[in-house]
This record gives sequence, structure tokens and C-alpha cells, in this order.
Amino acid sequence: MSDIKIKITDREGVTHEVDAPTDMNMNLMEVVRSYELAPEGTIGVCGGMAMCASCQCYVKSEHELPEMSDDEDAMLAEAFNVEDNSRLGCQIHMTEDLNGLEVELAPES
Amino acid sequence: MIQTDILIIGAGPTGLFAVFEAGLLQLKCHLIDALAQPGGQCSEIYPKKPIYDIPGFPEVLAGDLVGNLMKQIEPFQPGFTLGERAQTIEKLEDGSFIVTTNKGTKHQAPIVAIAGGLGSFEPRKPLLQNLKKFEDNGVAYMVKDPEVYRGKKVVIAGGGDSALDWCIFLADVASEVTLVHRRNEFRGALDSVEKVQQLKNEGKVNLITPAEIVGLNGKDKLESVMIRKKTTAIEDITLEVDSFIALFGLSPKLGPIADWGLEIEKNAIKVNTFDYQTNVPGIYAIGDINTYPGKLKLILCGFHEATLMCQSAYQRIYPDKKYVMKYTTVGGVTGFDGSKKEAPKAVIKSID
Repeated sequence: MSDIKIKITDREGVTHEVDAPTDMNMNLMEVVRSYELAPEGTIGVCGGMAMCASCQCYVKSEHELPEMSDDEDAMLAEAFNVEDNSRLGCQIHMTEDLNGLEVELAPES
Repeated sequence: MIQTDILIIGAGPTGLFAVFEAGLLQLKCHLIDALAQPGGQCSEIYPKKPIYDIPGFPEVLAGDLVGNLMKQIEPFQPGFTLGERAQTIEKLEDGSFIVTTNKGTKHQAPIVAIAGGLGSFEPRKPLLQNLKKFEDNGVAYMVKDPEVYRGKKVVIAGGGDSALDWCIFLADVASEVTLVHRRNEFRGALDSVEKVQQLKNEGKVNLITPAEIVGLNGKDKLESVMIRKKTTAIEDITLEVDSFIALFGLSPKLGPIADWGLEIEKNAIKVNTFDYQTNVPGIYAIGDINTYPGKLKLILCGFHEATLMCQSAYQRIYPDKKYVMKYTTVGGVTGFDGSKKEAPKAVIKSID
């Protein structure tokens, strides 16, 4: 399988079901950018280094995600609108295990 | 009034390299940047991160790349207006532009090159009621003049280097410094964390973690903050303060440039790919801030765009002069400081 289906709710509250490739070393932030689900300049500002929190999202499904790195943990400790299910999209890499993942983009800050 | 040939807005890698390319054409440059130091994102967000796609550098730290660019442009003696944001632009009858910053500094040039990356960096503001009311009235997002805090009660919020550094610095200036962070661990440099620990042990700073500021109170100016401490039970503490400094990092915004009459598409400035000029003749946009079909936001693309922009700028400034592109291997580099770098001449010896 090279594509998985994921549901992304944008900042306007609209849910999009998109195909995410698993063979391109993409992360969730890059998927959001490629489908233009958030205005340019408002997501992935640091390019995916876990240094800006612009790609913060809330994980709505029960998928087991990779453990949070120290960088991600520290960034979320400084970000706004952080919930218990907050993750940085740039740190979630698309793998077959994430088929059916449901996330919601956190508000822009 | 600061006068120059090319006024560059944004002192990131692209803006800095534009100084070099302009210098080869004997054009003077002046740069404006909202940040206090050159380098843009490379200096502000990830100076210690390695970059792997700069040609000729298998690996270079972002901060070192900026350092090298600064060294490379030294002979061309660029001017800098740092810590100020380009605010307004006015076109004069002679075709030149006057750009005024938010602090009123005026610059005049026949060419304006916007190399603003993702925009000017603005402080990220916490989500607090009354925040606006107390801005510049007890609430600040950066420390411009530490003396303002002498003898005052200061609370700092944040967990990064800025929060730690100012906590350390103000411990000797303010009468009372309290550092509030959402968790016990800090993201900043290890020696800064250790220094804050030492200051705490000595009773010179108060450390409240894991906690966050949840309220601001005062009549005309800030008088106290409410701090919510989250341990096993939630505990609210009201702390009398003169100043609250919120240091939660910076986020880029296109800012006033969006109102300059330039064609904007998806938060970027539309340019043509002939010379990266905008819809306003004489104003160019290079690097991450521009957009055109096929655009890639890479430093190396910004370097290319800066080079072509300078050639076009030269023709606009000197329409009657014919310019032939020269290689530095042939023409060397002649700085405005009188320096000259050139390839050593071959030695010809005769053979009997």
C-alpha cells in the first residue's frame, strides 16, 4: 500500500478526507500543505523542525503514534491552545499504521 | 535620510547575498530588518541546525552560513537598520522610493528589493483577556531597554532562551524577578538553565512551574498577574508586578508590506521570473516572500533570484549603460573599502 486515507479538519471546521502517500517520506504537516488545507505561511513555518508549533494538531482517533521527541515535547510546552491530544504535524510521518487517522488543526497563533 | 542604490527589506540569506551581487555591479545596499541581528530565520529560529543543500557546503550550520555571508559582503560595506520594521513606502516624482520604518527612520533608493522571507517576525502573544489594554502599559514582548525594569517587580513567562537570558540579566536589575513556565523543563541552553537554578537557589529569582499566566489586572496600568500553578491540584496565585514580559517566540507576518499595492497571492508577492520584479516597477521581491509558477522556497533559489534582480536593478538605474556580466574569476571583487581580491596572475618564464 502506498497511500493511506486520513481525515483532516481544517481551521474553518471543514473535514477533508485525503490520500496521503506513505512512500514519499512525508509528514502530516507536508500533507496539509500539499492539499492546501491551511493558508501558505500559517503552517510549517519552520519547515518541519519542531520549532514553531504552527502545525499543531489535535489527534482525534485512537491510533498509536510515534513517541514524542524532546524537541516536540518542549515546543508544545511553549505553544498556545495545547490540549492533551496535541501533536506537531511535522513530527508525524505517514506510515501504513496511520490509515484512518483523524486530526484537527489547532488554531493559528 | 539614509540614501542608497538598492534598499533591501529583510536581512536573511537572500537579502545578504543580494548585497554581494549588487556590490559586483558597484551598487550600494542598505538593509532593513525587524530583527535585531542579520540572518533572518537562520539566526532567529535555527542557528544550530545543519543545512545540507547549499551548493559547495556538504553541511553548514545556519548560523555559520549567515556568518560566512556577512564576511562575503564585508567589502561592500552595507548599511543596516535593524530592529525596525519597514512600514510605509512612497514613490517620488523622480521614480525613487522612500521607505519609512515603524520607528520613523527614512530611507531613499531608486530600487527596493523585498527579501522578507515569510514576513517580519512578530511576537507570539498569549491568549489573555486585557492583553491589549496593558500593552506598553506593563506588558511587553521583548526587552528593548533593560533599564526600564530597574527596581521594578517583573514577571517573565516562557521556557526558551529569551526567557532564561532575560531572567538572568534582570535578576541584577529588577527588584524582583519571577519566571513562570508551563513545565519544569526548559528548552534553552543548558548553562542558562543551570544559571537560573543557581539564581533560584540564591533567592535572586522566583521560579513558578509548572504554571502559566491566566489573568492580568490593573486599573490604568498593570498591577498584578494571576498565575495558575498546575501540580496535583490547581492553585491560583496573584502576584503584584510592575511588568509582565511574555517571551513565547516569534511568528512571521507579512505585515505592512501587504498594504503597499503589490499583487499578493497566498501570502506571497507575485513577481515575474525575468527579473523578479513585482507589479510596481522598481520594487522587486526575492526569496521566500515571492511567488511565481514553479516557485521553490529554498535558500539557493533566493540566491539565484537575488543575482538576476541585481542585473535588472543596474539597468533600471543606468538605462544607457551597457553591462556585460563578468565572472569573479576574471574580474575579481573590488570592494567599496578599497580592497581588491583577484586571481593571481600567471608567471611566465622564458626557457633558453
